[in-house]
Amino acid sequence: MNNLIVFPLLIPLCTAVLLIFLNGRLALQRWISMFGVLLCAASAAVMVYQVGHRGIQTLQMGGWMAPYGIVFVADMLAALLVLTTSVVAAACLLYAFRTIGEQRERHYFYPFFHFLLAGVSGSFLTGDLFNLFVCFEVLLIASYALIVLGGTKRQLRETLKYILINIVSSTLFVAAVAYLYGVVGTLNMAHLSVRVAEAGQGGMLNVIAVLFLIVFALKAGLFLFFWLPGSYSAPPAAVSALFGALLTKVGLYAIIRVFTLIFYHDAGVAHDLIGWMAASTMILGGIGAIAFSDIYRILNYNVVISVGFIAFGIAVASRDALDGAVFYLLHDMVAKALMFMLGGMIIQAAGTSRLQEMGGMIKRYPLLGWMFFIVALALVGIPPLSGFPGKLLMVRGGLADHEYALTAIGLASSFLVLYSMMRIFIQAFFGEEKSDPQPQLPPGKGTVYSAVGLCVLIVLLGIGSEWVYSFVSQASDALVHPSVYIDAVLKE
Amino acid sequence: MELYMSLAIGVLFAVGVYLILSKSLLRIILGTSLLTHGVHLLLLTMSRPKKGAPPLLGEHAKSYVDPLPQALILTSIVISFGVTSFFFVLAYKAYQKLGTDDMEQLKGDQDE
Repeated sequence: MNNLIVFPLLIPLCTAVLLIFLNGRLALQRWISMFGVLLCAASAAVMVYQVGHRGIQTLQMGGWMAPYGIVFVADMLAALLVLTTSVVAAACLLYAFRTIGEQRERHYFYPFFHFLLAGVSGSFLTGDLFNLFVCFEVLLIASYALIVLGGTKRQLRETLKYILINIVSSTLFVAAVAYLYGVVGTLNMAHLSVRVAEAGQGGMLNVIAVLFLIVFALKAGLFLFFWLPGSYSAPPAAVSALFGALLTKVGLYAIIRVFTLIFYHDAGVAHDLIGWMAASTMILGGIGAIAFSDIYRILNYNVVISVGFIAFGIAVASRDALDGAVFYLLHDMVAKALMFMLGGMIIQAAGTSRLQEMGGMIKRYPLLGWMFFIVALALVGIPPLSGFPGKLLMVRGGLADHEYALTAIGLASSFLVLYSMMRIFIQAFFGEEKSDPQPQLPPGKGTVYSAVGLCVLIVLLGIGSEWVYSFVSQASDALVHPSVYIDAVLKE
Repeated sequence: MELYMSLAIGVLFAVGVYLILSKSLLRIILGTSLLTHGVHLLLLTMSRPKKGAPPLLGEHAKSYVDPLPQALILTSIVISFGVTSFFFVLAYKAYQKLGTDDMEQLKGDQDE
C-alpha cells in the first residue's frame, strides 16, 4: 500500500476543481495551474524513485483487497509515462500562457487542461479495466472541450467527427468489457490475466482480444487513424501539442498493457494482427506525410508514423523490442510536443500554414529554425539524440526475431519522416523570403523557453540514454514477465 | 432469455450503425444513443441474469442477481448521457454557425 501513487491523478483533479472557482482571475489561474503541474511532476518523480528501489507499488482503494476493489498499480512503465506526461504538460502550459489568448483562458481552458491530465495519469496508473474506461472518458470529454474551445468553423466541424468516432470506440470498449466479464467474470487486470491463463486463450478469448485491439487502435490511431489528421489540425498549437504527445500514447499504453499482461498466450492471432496494422500504419502515414504541403497535415501524419513504429515493437514483443518500444514511447511524447510547438510558432511567424507561401525565415528566426532541425533529427533517430536508442533496440529485436519485412518498413518510414521534416525545414527556412515581412505576432519569450526546455530534454535523453535505459529495462521486465505484476497486485 | 436479449441487442446495434451512416447529424446522434442502449443491455445480458432478488441485503433471499454489471451500467449511462448532451449542443452550435446539418457538406476541404 502506498498512497503516493494516486497523487498524479488527485493533484490535477483538485487543481481543476479549484480553477473552476477562480474563473476570470487569469494571473492567479496561471500560477495555480503551473504550480499544480509541477507538484504533479514532483510526485511522479518520487514515484519513479520508489518503484526503482522497492519494486511495483500498489494502492488498494478503500482497503478492499485486489480483485474486489479498484487497485492502482505503479510499475516502472506507468511511473515513467506519468512523469513524462507531467513534464510535457508543464511545457505545453508555459507555451499556452503566451499563445492561447485571453478569450479561451476566460472560458475554462485551464480546468479542462487539468481534467485531461487527470484522465491521462489515471489511465496509466489504473489496474482495473472498467476504471481504465472511465479514465479514458475523463480525458476524452476534456479533449472534446479543448478541441472545440474557441468555436471557429473548422473546430466545430472537426469536433463533430472526433466526438462521433470516440463515442463509437467507447461503445465498443464497453461491449468488449461486457464480453470479457461474461467469459472470465472479473475486471481486475492482474486477476484477468490469471483467469485467462487458466481458461486458455482459445477462440472466444481471441475474439475479445481482437475487439480490444480495434478499440485501442481507434484511440491510438493505429491503422484506424482516418480521424486523426483532420481532428488534430483544428485546435490551436498548444492543444494539438498536448494531444499529439499524450492522447495517442494512452491508446498505445493500453495496447501494451492488455497484450503483455492479459492476452499474451496465443501470440499467433493478436500479435500478427498488430504487426500487419503497424506495417500499414507506417506505410500509409509515410505516404500522407510526403503528400501534403500543409504543415498541420505533415505533422499529424508524423504522429501516425510513430504510432505505427511503436506498434512494431509491441508486435515483435521480444525483450529488446519492448525495451525499444518503451524508450521510443518516452522519446516520442517529448519530441511530438516539441514538434507541434515549433510548428505552431512557424505558422504564427509566417502567417500561413502552406509551405509554398513560406521561405527564408532562418534570417529572422535562427533559434526557431535550428530547434526545428534538432527535433527533425531526433524524430528520425540520428545517434546523439533521443530517438536513436529506441529505434536501435527495436530494429535489433525485429532482426533477432526474423521479422525482416516489418523491420525494413520501420527503417524506410524513418526516411519518409526525414524527407517530410526536411521539406518543412528547407522550404520554410531557406530560399527567398516570401512571407509578409511584418508577421502578425512574433513568437513570444515564454514559448521559446518551453521549446528550448524540451529541446534540451531531447538531447539529454539521447546523451544519457545509458542512465535512462536502467529505468526502461526495469519497465520492460514487468512486461516480459507478467507474473511480476500479478504477484505485486494479488499477493500483498 | 439470453437469446432474446441478444437478438434485441443485435437489432439495436444494426439500427444504430445504419443511423450513424446516414447524412443528417440528428440521425447520427440518435444512432449513437441506440448503440449505447444496445451496449448497456449487452452488459446486463453478459452477467447471465438468472432469477434472483434485487441486490438489496434487506431482501433476505437465497440468491441475488449480480450487482457488479448494474454498477457498471449505471456508470456508463451517466457518461454517455453527458457525452450525448454535449454532442447535441455541439450539433446545435454547428448548425447555427455552419448553416447545415448535412455531413456531406461538412467535409471542409475548401479552407485547407
